Amino acid sequence: MAEADNESEFEHEQHAAAHHHEPPHSFIRKYIFSIDHKVIGIQYLLLALFSVLIGMIMSVLMRMNMTWPGHAWPILGTLFPTGAPGGVMSPEFYLSLVTMHGTMMVFFVLTTAPQGGFGNYFLPIQIGADDMAFPVLNMLSFWVTFVGLVVLCAAIFASGNGVLGPTGGWTGYPPLSAIGHLLNVPGQGMGLNLWVISIAIFCVASLLGALNFITTLLNLRTRGMSLMRMPLTCWAWFTTAVLALLSFPVLLAAGILLLLDHNAGTSFFVPSGLSNGTTLIDHAGGSPILWQHLFWFFGHPEVYIAILPGMGATSHILSTFARKPIFGYRAMVFAMFAIGLLGFFVWGHHMFISGMSPWTGMAFSVLTLSIGVPSAIKTFNWLGTLWGARIRFTTPMLFALGFVSLFVAGGITGLVLGQSSLDLSMHDTYFVPGHFHLVMGVAAIFGMFAGTYFWFPKMFGRMMDERIGRLHFWPTIIGVYAIFIPMHAMGLVGLPRRYSQFWEVTNGKIEFIYHFNEPTHPLIVFVTWAAILTAIAQVLFVFNFFWSMFKGKKASDNPWEATTLEWTTATPPPHDNFGGKVPSVYRGAYEFAVPGAPADYVMQTTPDETDANVAASVSSHQGKGNGHDGHG
Amino acid sequence: MGRALAVFIWVMTILSVWMFLSGNWWFPAAISEHGPAYDRQFLLTIAVVGVAFAAAQVALGYAVWRYRDTGDGTRAVYSHGNNRMEIIWTVVTAAIFITLALLGQRVWYSLHMTPAPANASQVRVLAQQFQWNFHYPGADGKFGRTDPAKISDETINYIGLDASDPAAADDAVVQTLVTEVNRPVSMILMARDVTHSFWVPPLRFKQDAVPGLEVPVHFTANKTGRYEIACAELCGQQHYKMRSYMLVLPKDEYDALMALPQAQFQARVTELYKKYPVTY
Repeated sequence: MAEADNESEFEHEQHAAAHHHEPPHSFIRKYIFSIDHKVIGIQYLLLALFSVLIGMIMSVLMRMNMTWPGHAWPILGTLFPTGAPGGVMSPEFYLSLVTMHGTMMVFFVLTTAPQGGFGNYFLPIQIGADDMAFPVLNMLSFWVTFVGLVVLCAAIFASGNGVLGPTGGWTGYPPLSAIGHLLNVPGQGMGLNLWVISIAIFCVASLLGALNFITTLLNLRTRGMSLMRMPLTCWAWFTTAVLALLSFPVLLAAGILLLLDHNAGTSFFVPSGLSNGTTLIDHAGGSPILWQHLFWFFGHPEVYIAILPGMGATSHILSTFARKPIFGYRAMVFAMFAIGLLGFFVWGHHMFISGMSPWTGMAFSVLTLSIGVPSAIKTFNWLGTLWGARIRFTTPMLFALGFVSLFVAGGITGLVLGQSSLDLSMHDTYFVPGHFHLVMGVAAIFGMFAGTYFWFPKMFGRMMDERIGRLHFWPTIIGVYAIFIPMHAMGLVGLPRRYSQFWEVTNGKIEFIYHFNEPTHPLIVFVTWAAILTAIAQVLFVFNFFWSMFKGKKASDNPWEATTLEWTTATPPPHDNFGGKVPSVYRGAYEFAVPGAPADYVMQTTPDETDANVAASVSSHQGKGNGHDGHG
Repeated sequence: MGRALAVFIWVMTILSVWMFLSGNWWFPAAISEHGPAYDRQFLLTIAVVGVAFAAAQVALGYAVWRYRDTGDGTRAVYSHGNNRMEIIWTVVTAAIFITLALLGQRVWYSLHMTPAPANASQVRVLAQQFQWNFHYPGADGKFGRTDPAKISDETINYIGLDASDPAAADDAVVQTLVTEVNRPVSMILMARDVTHSFWVPPLRFKQDAVPGLEVPVHFTANKTGRYEIACAELCGQQHYKMRSYMLVLPKDEYDALMALPQAQFQARVTELYKKYPVTY
């Protein structure tokens, strides 16, 4: 089997060498409309960095509004004279922040940076390819994404009524989205159109990207790079691409139907008998629940699209800085696929309270708790990787360890929310944002931070500053826990999501709108301060990122003493990644601490022949089922 | 650095667990028949969650503390895993998670998979931006016909009650949910514009009111008092203050209220508001 693989990959090598291409020289072809996956990867990262900063500022504004309702912020009054008249944010302004924060973060940060950014840059290099399978398609994916972002930003300006976009949340539930304009809900006119169009464009871009990733990984692996020798990052990007390929078309279809309901008078999601209080609304025959099914059929796999690349990066970085092979490589691969597969059968847990058949609720509940099993397997294997390790606490390692901690903290409460019974109280309380922000928000972001600190030297030829990196890590991890753990407690009390405020202030006295929320007051104030300080701490990252790009310490080709292919080539890699040579791979991706080897790591490209000890040591494990891959 | 991280992880774990154990932030006391069963299932789940959370974080902190590179030149353990351990933790986690999921079906089943008891009182609920309309059948026990075309906020006909239907003559429509203590109430939840969600935290009950659907629900409140009703599904700019109240009355007061003619119903509810301040 392995022999046959090697032969076919040898043919591929010759094929690859045949279309070895020279780098372009014009500025536009080199940096703007580039077909080089590395440039495209950096473009995706910069796009995500822009989006995450906007999204973060929006979240801070939301916290400020709910914590100091009625307070006048003069600068907001200047910037948004109708949305924040006199500097006081309006409820609809708040809701447009909710919508745009969610949309920016989910699509243009969590979906682009881990996959489009790091995946684009490192998947071809890690499998030993000279580029993606379809470089022009790759360029198109990025630029289509860019257009999507431009359209979303246009929604900020075109919404009217002083709002920054639609006011129905990133989930865009109809009828509020489809006919909100007929009910005079601000932001549901042109703002909603642009918002849906932006998401539809994004769906197209993600599809193009997913096709490219899948083809590249299956066809362009270099000689000796069997599937089970791939770094776990590649498995993660591959699984993510499969999820994107199967889920984004559903959202695209749903978005088009919503656009038709909103503009063309169709009724896919709008039933008959609706009234604005004076006249009947001229729609009939649709179902608001249908949108929820389509949306969450995409929306739940999307959660894994956001987190799987983070899992991949974390596994990769943990093993590297633990100086120890990954524990249970195969189990990790299977768990990732199990998560991806099960991820398509649990969307109903977003809808327990929606009015769908209670029988479906029971089925989705059992399936949802089942998906906790492969997630737990991953956690156990990460702990297993650290057991008996020799951990080097670099900044990327700190963030990878933070990922593990956050993933556990955020994921485990899925056991609560996955039960239809418990959703009778917990659904749409702050328990839910607490849960999903920890797991798919900040855990995923920690995966990106880890990836940035880890791969920055390869991308830019310079190290990021370690001291600033650590200085960034501590307030960030303390901050995110301080923000999101108390939200669970708020949810127990019953604090509802998506309320623009919880109390009115009259003559300096706080009067809760709902008395049952009163115990949450100190937590709400605490979380807001934590959010403000955590947001400020991100200046350290942005500074470090751009400062190190020009002034950082020069990086060697393999500064972390890592084993995978990206560390075998020049820093930064040449246009065709390996300078016209085709690397050969002789072992699995995580051969650290191999007994008898001269160093505590053995590169994937180190031939067996050059070190008899290594060969002997690796083959001595074959009896335990590790095969030639060096994986158990 | 490793020790600092370990200490941070442990301190964070202790603080997180304290936040749940302190009792400062917990559910309001349950006022429904299914409430105690809900609370038991939640306690069981949060115990499993808490133990798993603490165990994983403590182990992570330990590994970070214990296995830091001390620079003594020794290498890590060379191991690619252990299949027996993989099988053990997979089977154990699966058993625990699936058991929780199955146990968790009970409350859901009792509320959503069983019909409302025959003695249940009947209420039709029509949610709108941004208020709750509760429709009572009156002394004849029959709901008057409603027609969305007759909805008119100007004439205070929020639900489109058809005055030409004799059954409508004694119907009352108010913004307050009135139930009799210890008697099941059977509600039909509807919405006339966008999706809303009926929610009373001490009742441990929440259900979306969806345009185009008639969602039948039932529950039994077992403690008299006045409780806040919130909207739990984003419905527009005033969503945050779409508030109503649920009055849980003793039998005599409930019967007396329901026997009142339409014109006096709202006035009596207002009086009862004074008698029953908001419980929270």
